[in-house]
Amino acid sequence: MALSDKELNEIAYLARINIDKDSFPALKGELEQILDLFEKLNLAETDEVEAMSHPLNLSQPTRPDEVTEEDQREKLQETAPSVQSGLFLVPKVIEGEN
Amino acid sequence: MKLHELSLKEQLTGLKEGSFSSTELTQHYLDRISNFDKDLNSFITVTEDSALNQAKESDKRYKSNKALPLDGIPIAHKDIFCTEDILTTCGSKMLSNFKAPYSSTVVSNLSSDGVVVLGKTNMDEFAMGSSNETSFFGPVKNPWNKEYVPGGSSGGSAACVSAQLASAATATDTGGSIRQPAALCGLTGIKPTYGRVSRYGMIAFASSLDQGGVLARSAEDSAILLESMSGYDPKDSTSLNEDVPNFLENLDSPIKGMKIGMPKEFFERDLPNHVESSTKEAIETYKDLGAEICEISLPNVDLSLPVYYIIAPAECSANLSRYDGVRYGYRCENPKDIEDLYMRTRKEGFGAEVKRRILIGTYALSAGYYDAYYLKAQKCRRLVANDFTEAFKSVDLILSPTTPDTSFKAGEKSDDPIEMYLQDIFTIPANLAGLPGISFPCGNHEGLPLGVQLVGDSLKEAQLFQAAHQFQKVTDWHKKLPEVK
Repeated sequence: MALSDKELNEIAYLARINIDKDSFPALKGELEQILDLFEKLNLAETDEVEAMSHPLNLSQPTRPDEVTEEDQREKLQETAPSVQSGLFLVPKVIEGEN
Repeated sequence: MKLHELSLKEQLTGLKEGSFSSTELTQHYLDRISNFDKDLNSFITVTEDSALNQAKESDKRYKSNKALPLDGIPIAHKDIFCTEDILTTCGSKMLSNFKAPYSSTVVSNLSSDGVVVLGKTNMDEFAMGSSNETSFFGPVKNPWNKEYVPGGSSGGSAACVSAQLASAATATDTGGSIRQPAALCGLTGIKPTYGRVSRYGMIAFASSLDQGGVLARSAEDSAILLESMSGYDPKDSTSLNEDVPNFLENLDSPIKGMKIGMPKEFFERDLPNHVESSTKEAIETYKDLGAEICEISLPNVDLSLPVYYIIAPAECSANLSRYDGVRYGYRCENPKDIEDLYMRTRKEGFGAEVKRRILIGTYALSAGYYDAYYLKAQKCRRLVANDFTEAFKSVDLILSPTTPDTSFKAGEKSDDPIEMYLQDIFTIPANLAGLPGISFPCGNHEGLPLGVQLVGDSLKEAQLFQAAHQFQKVTDWHKKLPEVK
Protein backbone atom coordinates (compact mmCIF):
# COMPACT_ATOMS: atom_id res chain seq x y z
CA MET A 1 0.00 0.00 0.00
CA ALA A 2 1.54 3.28 -1.13
CA LEU A 3 1.25 6.51 0.83
CA SER A 4 1.51 9.81 -0.97
CA ASP A 5 3.40 12.80 0.43
CA LYS A 6 0.08 14.58 0.70
CA GLU A 7 -1.40 11.77 2.80
CA LEU A 8 1.61 11.67 5.10
CA ASN A 9 1.37 15.43 5.49
CA GLU A 10 -2.29 15.15 6.44
CA ILE A 11 -1.71 12.38 8.97
CA ALA A 12 1.20 14.27 10.52
CA TYR A 13 -0.98 17.37 10.85
CA LEU A 14 -3.88 15.39 12.36
CA ALA A 15 -1.39 13.92 14.86
CA ARG A 16 0.13 17.41 15.41
CA ILE A 17 3.65 16.14 14.80
CA ASN A 18 6.03 18.23 12.76
CA ILE A 19 7.98 16.05 10.34
CA ASP A 20 11.01 17.20 8.36
CA LYS A 21 10.53 16.88 4.62
CA ASP A 22 13.84 15.06 4.24
CA SER A 23 12.66 12.22 6.52
CA PHE A 24 9.56 11.66 4.37
CA PRO A 25 10.93 8.90 2.09
CA ALA A 26 12.26 6.70 4.93
CA LEU A 27 9.19 7.23 7.07
CA LYS A 28 6.84 6.49 4.20
CA GLY A 29 8.70 3.24 3.56
CA GLU A 30 8.33 2.15 7.17
CA LEU A 31 4.66 3.08 7.38
CA GLU A 32 3.88 1.33 4.10
CA GLN A 33 5.55 -1.82 5.41
CA ILE A 34 3.34 -1.69 8.50
CA LEU A 35 0.22 -1.03 6.41
CA ASP A 36 1.09 -4.06 4.25
CA LEU A 37 1.00 -6.17 7.38
CA PHE A 38 -2.70 -5.31 7.69
CA GLU A 39 -3.61 -6.85 4.31
CA LYS A 40 -3.91 -10.23 6.02
CA LEU A 41 -7.07 -9.09 7.78
CA ASN A 42 -8.92 -8.92 4.47
CA LEU A 43 -8.80 -12.70 4.34
CA ALA A 44 -10.94 -12.97 7.47
CA GLU A 45 -14.70 -13.20 7.04
CA THR A 46 -16.15 -10.74 9.56
CA ASP A 47 -19.55 -9.67 8.21
CA GLU A 48 -21.43 -11.34 11.06
CA VAL A 49 -18.86 -10.59 13.75
CA GLU A 50 -19.48 -8.01 16.42
CA ALA A 51 -16.60 -5.59 16.96
CA MET A 52 -14.65 -6.14 20.17
CA SER A 53 -13.59 -2.84 21.64
CA HIS A 54 -12.59 -4.20 25.00
CA PRO A 55 -11.68 -7.54 26.61
CA LEU A 56 -14.25 -7.14 29.36
CA ASN A 57 -17.93 -6.94 28.73
CA LEU A 58 -18.27 -4.17 31.23
CA SER A 59 -20.82 -1.49 31.63
CA GLN A 60 -19.54 1.83 32.85
CA PRO A 61 -19.62 1.76 36.65
CA THR A 62 -21.21 4.67 38.47
CA ARG A 63 -20.66 6.11 41.93
CA PRO A 64 -22.52 8.57 44.16
CA ASP A 65 -22.06 12.16 43.07
CA GLU A 66 -19.79 13.15 45.93
CA VAL A 67 -16.61 15.19 45.94
CA THR A 68 -13.67 12.80 46.31
CA GLU A 69 -10.77 14.94 45.12
CA GLU A 70 -9.70 18.11 46.78
CA ASP A 71 -8.51 21.04 44.74
CA GLN A 72 -4.81 20.59 44.03
CA ARG A 73 -4.28 23.30 41.46
CA GLU A 74 -0.96 24.49 42.86
CA LYS A 75 0.48 21.02 43.18
CA LEU A 76 -0.65 20.03 39.70
CA GLN A 77 0.75 23.22 38.20
CA GLU A 78 4.16 22.73 39.79
CA THR A 79 5.07 20.51 36.84
CA ALA A 80 3.72 22.84 34.16
CA PRO A 81 6.10 24.45 31.65
CA SER A 82 4.64 27.92 32.13
CA VAL A 83 2.08 29.19 34.63
CA GLN A 84 0.84 32.58 35.75
CA SER A 85 -1.84 33.42 38.35
CA GLY A 86 -3.04 29.82 38.34
CA LEU A 87 -3.36 29.68 34.56
CA PHE A 88 -1.38 27.67 32.03
CA LEU A 89 0.45 30.03 29.69
CA VAL A 90 0.55 29.34 25.95
CA PRO A 91 1.37 31.58 22.97
CA LYS A 92 -1.40 33.94 21.94
CA VAL A 93 -4.28 31.94 20.44
CA ILE A 94 -6.60 34.71 19.27
CA GLU A 95 -4.89 37.37 17.23
CA GLY A 96 -5.77 41.01 17.99
CA GLU A 97 -6.53 43.61 15.34
CA ASN A 98 -2.92 44.76 15.35
CA MET B 1 24.60 -17.41 50.75
CA LYS B 2 24.74 -13.77 49.81
CA LEU B 3 21.65 -11.65 50.42
CA HIS B 4 20.95 -11.05 46.71
CA GLU B 5 21.03 -14.76 46.01
CA LEU B 6 18.06 -15.37 48.29
CA SER B 7 14.61 -15.51 46.76
CA LEU B 8 12.04 -12.91 47.75
CA LYS B 9 10.35 -15.52 49.89
CA GLU B 10 13.62 -16.44 51.63
CA GLN B 11 14.33 -12.76 52.21
CA LEU B 12 10.93 -12.35 53.86
CA THR B 13 11.70 -15.27 56.15
CA GLY B 14 15.14 -13.85 56.93
CA LEU B 15 13.65 -10.48 57.81
CA LYS B 16 10.99 -12.07 60.01
CA GLU B 17 13.54 -14.20 61.81
CA GLY B 18 15.88 -11.26 62.27
CA SER B 19 18.73 -12.92 60.31
CA PHE B 20 19.29 -9.53 58.67
CA SER B 21 17.56 -6.17 58.65
CA SER B 22 15.82 -4.43 55.79
CA THR B 23 18.44 -1.69 56.08
CA GLU B 24 21.20 -4.25 55.45
CA LEU B 25 19.29 -5.81 52.57
CA THR B 26 18.46 -2.44 51.01
CA GLN B 27 22.02 -1.15 51.37
CA HIS B 28 23.27 -4.38 49.81
CA TYR B 29 21.11 -3.85 46.72
CA LEU B 30 22.00 -0.14 46.54
CA ASP B 31 25.67 -1.09 46.57
CA ARG B 32 25.09 -3.59 43.76
CA ILE B 33 23.23 -0.96 41.77
CA SER B 34 26.08 1.49 42.16
CA ASN B 35 28.63 -1.20 41.24
CA PHE B 36 26.90 -2.76 38.26
CA ASP B 37 24.20 -0.53 36.84
CA LYS B 38 26.39 2.07 35.14
CA ASP B 39 26.96 -0.54 32.50
CA LEU B 40 23.55 -2.28 32.45
CA ASN B 41 21.54 0.98 32.58
CA SER B 42 18.51 -0.77 34.08
CA PHE B 43 17.55 2.15 36.33
CA ILE B 44 16.50 5.64 35.25
CA THR B 45 16.20 6.88 38.83
CA VAL B 46 17.66 5.37 42.00
CA THR B 47 15.89 6.59 45.13
CA GLU B 48 18.64 5.84 47.60
CA ASP B 49 17.64 8.15 50.45
CA SER B 50 13.96 7.33 50.48
CA ALA B 51 14.76 3.60 50.14
CA LEU B 52 16.97 3.69 53.24
CA ASN B 53 14.29 5.65 55.13
CA GLN B 54 11.65 3.10 54.14
CA ALA B 55 13.98 0.30 55.24
CA LYS B 56 14.53 1.97 58.60
CA GLU B 57 10.76 2.26 59.14
CA SER B 58 10.37 -1.35 58.17
CA ASP B 59 13.02 -2.46 60.67
CA LYS B 60 11.14 -0.56 63.38
CA ARG B 61 7.95 -2.41 62.49
CA TYR B 62 9.70 -5.76 62.70
CA LYS B 63 11.08 -4.82 66.13
CA SER B 64 7.63 -3.84 67.41
CA ASN B 65 5.95 -6.91 65.87
CA LYS B 66 3.88 -4.81 63.50
CA ALA B 67 5.43 -6.06 60.28
CA LEU B 68 3.42 -5.76 57.06
CA PRO B 69 3.05 -8.65 54.55
CA LEU B 70 6.00 -7.59 52.33
CA ASP B 71 7.82 -5.53 54.90
CA GLY B 72 11.33 -4.48 53.98
CA ILE B 73 11.57 -6.22 50.59
CA PRO B 74 13.50 -4.00 48.14
CA ILE B 75 11.84 -3.85 44.73
CA ALA B 76 11.97 -1.58 41.68
CA HIS B 77 9.10 0.01 39.76
CA LYS B 78 8.94 0.28 36.00
CA ASP B 79 9.09 3.98 35.18
CA ILE B 80 5.57 3.81 33.75
CA PHE B 81 4.03 3.77 37.25
CA CYS B 82 3.51 7.22 38.71
CA THR B 83 5.38 7.74 41.99
CA GLU B 84 4.46 10.85 43.93
CA ASP B 85 7.15 13.55 43.81
CA ILE B 86 9.58 11.14 42.12
CA LEU B 87 10.59 11.45 38.48
CA THR B 88 8.25 9.33 36.27
CA THR B 89 9.52 9.46 32.70
CA CYS B 90 7.99 6.52 30.85
CA GLY B 91 11.35 6.35 29.06
CA SER B 92 10.57 9.51 27.11
CA LYS B 93 12.07 12.95 26.63
CA MET B 94 8.45 14.13 26.76
CA LEU B 95 8.28 13.28 30.47
CA SER B 96 11.98 13.62 31.27
CA ASN B 97 11.19 16.38 33.81
CA PHE B 98 7.88 14.99 35.10
CA LYS B 99 7.53 14.50 38.84
CA ALA B 100 4.21 12.75 39.30
CA PRO B 101 1.79 14.59 41.58
CA TYR B 102 0.31 11.29 42.82
CA SER B 103 1.18 7.60 43.06
CA SER B 104 -0.37 4.84 41.00
CA THR B 105 -2.52 2.27 42.77
CA VAL B 106 0.10 -0.42 42.11
CA VAL B 107 2.76 1.65 43.87
CA SER B 108 0.40 2.54 46.76
CA ASN B 109 -0.73 -1.07 47.23
CA LEU B 110 2.82 -2.37 47.41
CA SER B 111 3.91 0.46 49.68
CA SER B 112 1.07 -0.23 52.10
CA ASP B 113 2.35 -3.79 52.27
CA GLY B 114 5.76 -2.47 53.31
CA VAL B 115 8.02 -2.81 50.25
CA VAL B 116 11.13 -0.66 49.92
CA VAL B 117 11.38 1.14 46.56
CA LEU B 118 14.94 1.16 45.19
CA GLY B 119 14.07 3.23 42.13
CA LYS B 120 12.46 3.43 38.72
CA THR B 121 13.50 1.14 35.90
CA ASN B 122 14.37 1.88 32.30
CA MET B 123 11.90 0.94 29.56
CA ASP B 124 11.13 1.39 25.90
CA GLU B 125 9.64 4.82 25.33
CA PHE B 126 5.97 4.76 26.38
CA ALA B 127 6.31 0.94 26.47
CA MET B 128 6.63 0.75 22.69
CA GLY B 129 9.40 -1.65 21.81
CA SER B 130 10.71 -5.16 22.35
CA SER B 131 14.39 -4.49 22.99
CA ASN B 132 14.59 -1.51 25.33
CA GLU B 133 16.44 0.38 22.62
CA THR B 134 13.79 3.09 22.17
CA SER B 135 14.33 4.62 25.63
CA PHE B 136 15.34 8.28 25.75
CA PHE B 137 17.61 7.24 28.62
CA GLY B 138 19.65 4.85 26.51
CA PRO B 139 19.45 1.12 25.87
CA VAL B 140 19.53 -1.52 28.63
CA LYS B 141 21.92 -4.44 28.37
CA ASN B 142 21.08 -8.07 28.96
CA PRO B 143 22.95 -9.25 32.09
CA TRP B 144 23.46 -12.68 30.46
CA ASN B 145 25.50 -11.12 27.67
CA LYS B 146 25.90 -7.40 27.39
CA GLU B 147 25.98 -7.38 23.62
CA TYR B 148 22.38 -8.60 23.67
CA VAL B 149 19.10 -6.84 24.46
CA PRO B 150 17.06 -7.63 27.60
CA GLY B 151 13.79 -7.49 25.65
CA GLY B 152 11.13 -4.89 26.14
CA SER B 153 9.33 -2.90 26.92
CA SER B 154 9.99 -3.81 30.58
CA GLY B 155 13.69 -4.30 29.81
CA GLY B 156 15.00 -2.37 32.80
CA SER B 157 12.80 -4.28 35.24
CA ALA B 158 13.93 -7.58 33.71
CA ALA B 159 17.63 -6.69 33.62
CA CYS B 160 17.73 -5.43 37.21
CA VAL B 161 15.98 -8.51 38.63
CA SER B 162 18.07 -10.86 36.51
CA ALA B 163 21.27 -9.09 37.63
CA GLN B 164 19.98 -9.28 41.22
CA LEU B 165 19.93 -5.53 41.69
CA ALA B 166 16.41 -5.81 43.15
CA SER B 167 14.42 -8.63 44.67
CA ALA B 168 11.66 -8.25 42.06
CA ALA B 169 10.14 -5.51 39.92
CA THR B 170 6.81 -4.28 38.67
CA ALA B 171 6.23 -4.22 34.92
CA THR B 172 3.49 -3.81 32.33
CA ASP B 173 2.43 -5.86 29.33
CA THR B 174 0.47 -4.54 26.33
CA GLY B 175 1.60 -7.13 23.77
CA GLY B 176 4.25 -9.11 25.62
CA SER B 177 6.26 -6.50 27.52
CA ILE B 178 6.46 -8.61 30.68
CA ARG B 179 6.65 -12.11 29.21
CA GLN B 180 9.14 -11.44 26.40
CA PRO B 181 11.79 -9.79 28.65
CA ALA B 182 11.14 -12.51 31.24
CA ALA B 183 12.03 -15.10 28.60
CA LEU B 184 15.08 -13.19 27.33
CA CYS B 185 16.46 -12.60 30.84
CA GLY B 186 15.67 -15.99 32.42
CA LEU B 187 12.91 -14.76 34.74
CA THR B 188 9.34 -15.57 35.63
CA GLY B 189 6.90 -12.90 34.52
CA ILE B 190 3.13 -12.75 34.77
CA LYS B 191 0.63 -10.61 32.94
CA PRO B 192 -2.62 -11.10 34.86
CA THR B 193 -6.16 -11.01 33.51
CA TYR B 194 -7.08 -7.59 32.09
CA GLY B 195 -8.61 -5.62 34.96
CA ARG B 196 -6.95 -7.60 37.76
CA VAL B 197 -4.36 -4.91 38.44
CA SER B 198 -5.46 -1.28 38.51
CA ARG B 199 -4.28 0.97 35.69
CA TYR B 200 -4.75 4.10 37.80
CA GLY B 201 -1.52 6.06 37.59
CA MET B 202 -0.02 3.62 35.09
CA ILE B 203 0.83 5.76 32.08
CA ALA B 204 -1.50 4.68 29.27
CA PHE B 205 -0.29 3.25 25.97
CA ALA B 206 -3.19 1.13 24.65
CA SER B 207 -5.91 1.16 27.28
CA SER B 208 -7.80 -1.96 26.22
CA LEU B 209 -4.59 -4.02 26.27
CA ASP B 210 -2.33 -2.57 29.00
CA GLN B 211 -2.00 -4.59 32.16
CA GLY B 212 0.38 -4.35 35.11
CA GLY B 213 2.23 -7.36 36.44
CA VAL B 214 5.45 -8.70 37.88
CA LEU B 215 8.95 -9.79 36.94
CA ALA B 216 10.58 -12.03 39.54
CA ARG B 217 12.88 -15.01 39.88
CA SER B 218 10.21 -17.68 40.42
CA ALA B 219 6.50 -18.34 40.20
CA GLU B 220 6.30 -18.29 43.97
CA ASP B 221 7.93 -14.84 44.25
CA SER B 222 5.70 -13.54 41.44
CA ALA B 223 2.61 -14.84 43.22
CA ILE B 224 3.58 -13.10 46.47
CA LEU B 225 4.02 -9.77 44.71
CA LEU B 226 1.03 -9.98 42.37
CA GLU B 227 -1.31 -10.69 45.25
CA SER B 228 -0.29 -7.43 46.89
CA MET B 229 -0.66 -5.42 43.66
CA SER B 230 -4.04 -6.78 42.60
CA GLY B 231 -7.54 -5.86 43.55
CA TYR B 232 -10.56 -3.79 42.72
CA ASP B 233 -9.87 -0.09 42.39
CA PRO B 234 -12.75 2.36 42.06
CA LYS B 235 -10.29 4.82 40.49
CA ASP B 236 -9.98 2.60 37.40
CA SER B 237 -13.29 2.14 35.59
CA THR B 238 -11.98 -1.07 33.96
CA SER B 239 -10.85 -2.59 37.25
CA LEU B 240 -12.41 -5.99 37.91
CA ASN B 241 -14.64 -6.08 40.95
CA GLU B 242 -13.56 -9.61 41.85
CA ASP B 243 -11.95 -10.98 44.98
CA VAL B 244 -8.25 -11.71 44.68
CA PRO B 245 -7.73 -15.33 45.66
CA ASN B 246 -4.75 -16.48 47.71
CA PHE B 247 -2.30 -17.10 44.87
CA LEU B 248 -0.03 -19.15 47.14
CA GLU B 249 -2.64 -21.54 48.45
CA ASN B 250 -2.51 -24.08 45.62
CA LEU B 251 1.13 -23.73 44.65
CA ASP B 252 2.02 -27.07 46.15
CA SER B 253 -0.99 -28.98 44.86
CA PRO B 254 -0.02 -31.52 42.19
CA ILE B 255 -1.20 -30.79 38.68
CA LYS B 256 -2.09 -34.39 37.87
CA GLY B 257 -4.94 -34.44 35.39
CA MET B 258 -4.54 -30.81 34.39
CA LYS B 259 -5.16 -30.44 30.66
CA ILE B 260 -2.60 -28.47 28.69
CA GLY B 261 -3.21 -27.62 25.04
CA MET B 262 -0.55 -26.98 22.40
CA PRO B 263 -1.86 -24.72 19.63
CA LYS B 264 -0.88 -26.39 16.37
CA GLU B 265 -0.67 -23.02 14.62
CA PHE B 266 2.23 -22.06 16.91
CA PHE B 267 4.10 -25.32 16.48
CA GLU B 268 3.66 -25.35 12.70
CA ARG B 269 5.88 -22.28 12.56
CA ASP B 270 9.45 -22.59 11.50
CA LEU B 271 10.96 -22.55 14.98
CA PRO B 272 14.71 -22.77 15.57
CA ASN B 273 15.76 -26.22 16.81
CA HIS B 274 16.72 -25.05 20.26
CA VAL B 275 13.32 -23.36 20.76
CA GLU B 276 11.45 -26.43 19.60
CA SER B 277 13.51 -28.83 21.70
CA SER B 278 13.34 -26.80 24.90
CA THR B 279 9.57 -26.38 24.50
CA LYS B 280 9.17 -30.11 23.87
CA GLU B 281 11.27 -30.80 26.95
CA ALA B 282 8.94 -28.58 28.98
CA ILE B 283 6.01 -30.57 27.63
CA GLU B 284 7.72 -33.82 28.68
CA THR B 285 8.20 -32.38 32.17
CA TYR B 286 4.49 -31.62 32.33
CA LYS B 287 3.67 -35.15 31.19
CA ASP B 288 5.87 -36.48 33.98
CA LEU B 289 4.00 -34.28 36.41
CA GLY B 290 0.78 -35.98 35.33
CA ALA B 291 -0.65 -33.32 33.02
CA GLU B 292 -2.60 -34.39 29.95
CA ILE B 293 -1.17 -32.82 26.82
CA CYS B 294 -3.23 -32.43 23.68
CA GLU B 295 -3.09 -30.52 20.43
CA ILE B 296 -5.57 -27.69 20.05
CA SER B 297 -6.32 -25.19 17.31
CA LEU B 298 -6.58 -21.41 17.46
CA PRO B 299 -7.58 -21.00 13.81
CA ASN B 300 -7.53 -17.19 13.78
CA VAL B 301 -4.40 -16.66 15.84
CA ASP B 302 -2.41 -15.55 12.79
CA LEU B 303 -4.56 -12.42 12.66
CA SER B 304 -3.22 -11.34 16.06
CA LEU B 305 -0.19 -9.39 14.87
CA PRO B 306 -2.00 -7.18 12.33
CA VAL B 307 -4.95 -6.74 14.72
CA TYR B 308 -2.57 -5.64 17.45
CA TYR B 309 -0.69 -3.22 15.21
CA ILE B 310 -3.93 -1.46 14.34
CA ILE B 311 -5.59 -1.43 17.75
CA ALA B 312 -2.54 -0.58 19.87
CA PRO B 313 -1.42 2.36 17.68
CA ALA B 314 -5.03 3.59 17.37
CA GLU B 315 -5.41 3.67 21.15
CA CYS B 316 -1.91 5.10 21.55
CA SER B 317 -2.60 7.93 19.12
CA ALA B 318 -5.60 8.93 21.26
CA ASN B 319 -3.84 8.45 24.62
CA LEU B 320 -0.69 10.29 23.63
CA SER B 321 -2.58 13.32 22.33
CA ARG B 322 -2.41 14.60 25.92
CA TYR B 323 1.29 15.39 25.50
CA ASP B 324 0.96 18.83 24.01
CA GLY B 325 3.49 20.86 25.98
CA VAL B 326 0.82 22.85 27.82
CA ARG B 327 0.19 21.35 31.25
CA TYR B 328 3.23 19.19 32.04
CA GLY B 329 6.23 17.57 30.47
CA TYR B 330 8.49 18.84 27.71
CA ARG B 331 7.81 22.05 25.76
CA CYS B 332 9.76 23.22 22.73
CA GLU B 333 11.77 26.45 22.87
CA ASN B 334 10.22 29.73 21.67
CA PRO B 335 6.99 28.54 20.06
CA LYS B 336 5.73 31.15 17.61
CA ASP B 337 2.08 30.23 18.03
CA ILE B 338 -0.04 27.51 19.64
CA GLU B 339 0.11 25.25 16.58
CA ASP B 340 3.89 25.52 16.49
CA LEU B 341 3.98 24.72 20.19
CA TYR B 342 2.03 21.49 19.69
CA MET B 343 3.77 20.38 16.53
CA ARG B 344 7.34 21.05 17.59
CA THR B 345 6.87 19.84 21.17
CA ARG B 346 5.63 16.51 19.81
CA LYS B 347 8.30 16.35 17.13
CA GLU B 348 11.09 16.94 19.63
CA GLY B 349 9.57 15.16 22.64
CA PHE B 350 8.74 11.80 21.04
CA GLY B 351 11.20 9.27 19.64
CA ALA B 352 10.96 7.59 16.23
CA GLU B 353 9.01 4.45 17.22
CA VAL B 354 6.43 6.41 19.22
CA LYS B 355 5.92 8.77 16.28
CA ARG B 356 5.54 5.85 13.86
CA ARG B 357 2.82 4.34 16.03
CA ILE B 358 0.99 7.62 16.55
CA LEU B 359 0.98 8.17 12.78
CA ILE B 360 -0.24 4.63 12.05
CA GLY B 361 -2.94 4.98 14.67
CA THR B 362 -4.02 8.37 13.40
CA TYR B 363 -4.24 6.95 9.89
CA ALA B 364 -6.26 3.91 11.01
CA LEU B 365 -8.75 6.14 12.81
CA SER B 366 -9.01 8.82 10.14
CA ALA B 367 -12.12 9.42 8.07
CA GLY B 368 -12.38 6.95 5.21
CA TYR B 369 -10.10 4.36 6.83
CA TYR B 370 -11.87 3.74 10.12
CA ASP B 371 -14.03 0.88 8.81
CA ALA B 372 -11.30 -0.69 6.71
CA TYR B 373 -8.72 -0.74 9.50
CA TYR B 374 -9.95 -0.05 12.99
CA LEU B 375 -13.39 -1.62 12.81
CA LYS B 376 -12.07 -4.57 10.84
CA ALA B 377 -9.34 -5.09 13.45
CA GLN B 378 -11.88 -5.00 16.27
CA LYS B 379 -13.94 -7.68 14.52
CA CYS B 380 -10.85 -9.81 13.97
CA ARG B 381 -9.96 -9.30 17.63
CA ARG B 382 -13.27 -10.95 18.48
CA LEU B 383 -12.35 -13.92 16.27
CA VAL B 384 -9.03 -14.37 18.10
CA ALA B 385 -10.73 -14.09 21.49
CA ASN B 386 -13.45 -16.56 20.49
CA ASP B 387 -10.79 -19.12 19.60
CA PHE B 388 -9.56 -19.00 23.19
CA THR B 389 -13.10 -19.32 24.58
CA GLU B 390 -13.54 -22.41 22.44
CA ALA B 391 -10.14 -23.85 23.44
CA PHE B 392 -10.77 -23.42 27.16
CA LYS B 393 -13.83 -25.65 26.87
CA SER B 394 -11.44 -28.57 26.50
CA VAL B 395 -8.17 -27.54 28.16
CA ASP B 396 -7.10 -25.74 31.35
CA LEU B 397 -3.96 -24.06 30.06
CA ILE B 398 -2.33 -23.32 26.73
CA LEU B 399 1.41 -23.82 26.27
CA SER B 400 3.76 -22.31 23.69
CA PRO B 401 7.23 -20.84 23.45
CA THR B 402 7.24 -17.28 24.80
CA THR B 403 9.42 -15.86 22.03
CA PRO B 404 10.47 -17.04 18.56
CA ASP B 405 14.11 -17.24 19.68
CA THR B 406 16.60 -16.28 22.41
CA SER B 407 17.70 -12.66 22.74
CA PHE B 408 19.23 -10.81 19.80
CA LYS B 409 22.13 -8.40 19.53
CA ALA B 410 21.61 -4.71 20.19
CA GLY B 411 21.05 -2.90 16.91
CA GLU B 412 20.16 -6.09 15.04
CA LYS B 413 16.46 -5.32 14.61
CA SER B 414 16.24 -1.64 15.50
CA ASP B 415 16.03 -0.48 11.87
CA ASP B 416 13.30 -2.93 10.94
CA PRO B 417 10.00 -2.32 12.75
CA ILE B 418 8.33 -5.46 11.38
CA GLU B 419 11.19 -7.74 12.50
CA MET B 420 10.89 -6.21 15.95
CA TYR B 421 7.09 -6.65 15.99
CA LEU B 422 7.48 -10.38 15.30
CA GLN B 423 9.08 -10.75 18.74
CA ASP B 424 5.60 -10.66 20.24
CA ILE B 425 3.92 -13.17 17.95
CA PHE B 426 3.25 -15.69 20.77
CA THR B 427 2.39 -13.15 23.46
CA ILE B 428 0.01 -10.73 21.72
CA PRO B 429 -3.00 -13.11 21.49
CA ALA B 430 -3.44 -13.19 25.30
CA ASN B 431 -3.56 -9.38 25.41
CA LEU B 432 -6.19 -9.24 22.69
CA ALA B 433 -8.35 -11.70 24.62
CA GLY B 434 -7.56 -10.11 28.02
CA LEU B 435 -6.28 -13.43 29.39
CA PRO B 436 -3.55 -14.08 31.97
CA GLY B 437 -0.19 -15.39 30.76
CA ILE B 438 3.01 -16.41 32.49
CA SER B 439 6.48 -16.96 31.09
CA PHE B 440 9.19 -18.89 32.91
CA PRO B 441 12.62 -20.24 32.00
CA CYS B 442 12.78 -23.65 30.30
CA GLY B 443 16.25 -23.77 28.74
CA ASN B 444 19.40 -22.06 27.65
CA HIS B 445 21.05 -21.81 24.26
CA GLU B 446 24.59 -20.55 23.85
CA GLY B 447 24.47 -18.80 27.19
CA LEU B 448 21.10 -17.12 26.64
CA PRO B 449 17.88 -18.16 28.40
CA LEU B 450 14.68 -19.43 26.76
CA GLY B 451 11.16 -19.17 28.12
CA VAL B 452 7.95 -21.12 27.89
CA GLN B 453 4.53 -19.49 28.14
CA LEU B 454 1.31 -20.71 29.71
CA VAL B 455 -1.94 -18.85 29.04
CA GLY B 456 -4.92 -19.45 31.31
CA ASP B 457 -8.62 -18.73 31.20
CA SER B 458 -9.89 -15.45 32.61
CA LEU B 459 -9.02 -14.97 36.33
CA LYS B 460 -7.05 -18.21 36.50
CA GLU B 461 -3.77 -16.69 37.68
CA ALA B 462 -3.67 -19.11 40.62
CA GLN B 463 -3.65 -22.03 38.21
CA LEU B 464 -0.82 -20.45 36.19
CA PHE B 465 1.25 -19.98 39.33
CA GLN B 466 0.53 -23.53 40.39
CA ALA B 467 1.56 -25.00 37.04
CA ALA B 468 4.71 -22.86 36.84
CA HIS B 469 5.65 -23.59 40.46
CA GLN B 470 5.22 -27.34 39.96
CA PHE B 471 7.51 -27.08 36.92
CA GLN B 472 10.05 -25.13 38.96
CA LYS B 473 10.00 -27.74 41.72
CA VAL B 474 11.39 -30.35 39.34
CA THR B 475 13.61 -28.15 37.15
CA ASP B 476 16.30 -25.62 37.96
CA TRP B 477 16.29 -23.32 34.93
CA HIS B 478 14.84 -20.53 37.06
CA LYS B 479 17.71 -20.88 39.53
CA LYS B 480 20.35 -20.15 36.90
CA LEU B 481 21.36 -16.53 37.06
CA PRO B 482 23.93 -14.55 35.13
CA GLU B 483 27.20 -13.73 36.79
CA VAL B 484 27.25 -9.96 36.89
CA LYS B 485 30.59 -8.20 36.73
